[in-house]
Amino acid sequence: MCLAIPVRVNEVINVDEAIVEADGIRKLVSISLLDDVKVGDYVILHVGFALNKIDQQEAEKTLALFAEMAEQK
Amino acid sequence: MKYVDEYRNGDLASQLSAKIHHLANAERSYRFMEFCGGHTHAIFRYGIPDLLPSNVRMIHGPGCPVCVLPMSRLNQAIELAQNKQVILCSYGDMMRVPGSRKMTLLKARAEGADVRMVYSCSDALQIAKDNPKKEVVFFAIGFETTTPPTALIIKQAAAQQVGNFSVFCNHLLTPSAITSILESADIRAMGALMLDGFIGPAHVSTVIGSQPYEYFAREYHRPVVIAGFEPLDLLQAIAMLIQQVNDGRAEVENEFARAVTREGNRKAKKHVADVFELRKEFEWRGLGLVPYSALRINKSYKAFDAENRFNLTTTRTTENRACECPAIIRGVKTPRDCSLFAIGCTPENPIGSCMVSSEGACAAYYSYGRHYEQNND
Ligand code: SF4
Repeated sequence: MCLAIPVRVNEVINVDEAIVEADGIRKLVSISLLDDVKVGDYVILHVGFALNKIDQQEAEKTLALFAEMAEQK
Repeated sequence: MKYVDEYRNGDLASQLSAKIHHLANAERSYRFMEFCGGHTHAIFRYGIPDLLPSNVRMIHGPGCPVCVLPMSRLNQAIELAQNKQVILCSYGDMMRVPGSRKMTLLKARAEGADVRMVYSCSDALQIAKDNPKKEVVFFAIGFETTTPPTALIIKQAAAQQVGNFSVFCNHLLTPSAITSILESADIRAMGALMLDGFIGPAHVSTVIGSQPYEYFAREYHRPVVIAGFEPLDLLQAIAMLIQQVNDGRAEVENEFARAVTREGNRKAKKHVADVFELRKEFEWRGLGLVPYSALRINKSYKAFDAENRFNLTTTRTTENRACECPAIIRGVKTPRDCSLFAIGCTPENPIGSCMVSSEGACAAYYSYGRHYEQNND
């Protein structure tokens, strides 16, 4: 029920609405819960609302951490 | 899909698994609870238990809003749907859940009730605008992920004066439920040793942030690691929990930093605070009455509260006595300790809350884990 998916913002229509895309599917969603959404941002989409932005730097850090964790035994 | 596939890499998963085997002290056991049903589902779907040493066990908590909604509330939603004046809008997850006498929203619809399945609460508001002669009620369920959208839609209904729209509010709060598990008599009786740490919910935390968990870490001396829903996220979080336990630390750590901050989504929290207030207590199926664990619509938006607009009957419901859900979601028993598991109780015919949706512990055991467990006995 609380599962949500990361989607890419393709078009910002106004402060409340954007068109997002995931796996080739485009959808009109609400961005009212976020500030400063830009084209190219990734957001977490749940029941038609973007809940939060994905922080690309943090995402990369986590991936690097996996690799690091896995290496040091 | 970006931000998904990278977190499902099989090679990295086996390396992380080796890391966990290395970290886990063979002299002791580790019992970690994942609160969130999304994690429960992912743990079974990706076979995480197979990647863990036998002394590291995952306990499946109560975290699925569909599972924990008490039958009496579902009965009220069905009663609303059966009102000829009403169009009841519900998320798909609730449609098949049986209330008293095995009645479901789906059956009510087959018998003529106007029940609409919606993907988003904004669809419900649109239905209200399109059907001005009808009363449109949105059956709101969910944890902190679905609450901000409901708050927004109530504000919109007020601003646009959509007088025929109301919300039957069943929004729940995650932190209170975790407290209730830690304070439960079962866990206390067992010397509070049953749980060594928690995996904190992913998407709930994008909204509330990591700060609310600091209390558990401090008060109950249990580590909390917030984790994403992908298999590498889970493995990493388990490794982080083991490290904390080994070091004697009890801190809040955030594995899901790509979407969770300490503060959460301030704008979303503000909308929620504007529209809702705490209920003194609320019944959770399987946990019983939990103080300050749910929200209701506050005075300013009372006009949009379905509980205020309609006279709803309160039914007394009783759970099957053989159902072990209360002990399962506190980590004291497993689904196989239940005499009804897979015999009287299946996903098609759920008896207790843990079998109701695919995110419940019993349903996950049934679909993925049953054979695994049996082979390992
Ligand atoms: S198998 Fe069914 S009856 Fe038994 S504990 Fe699970 S949900 Fe309850």
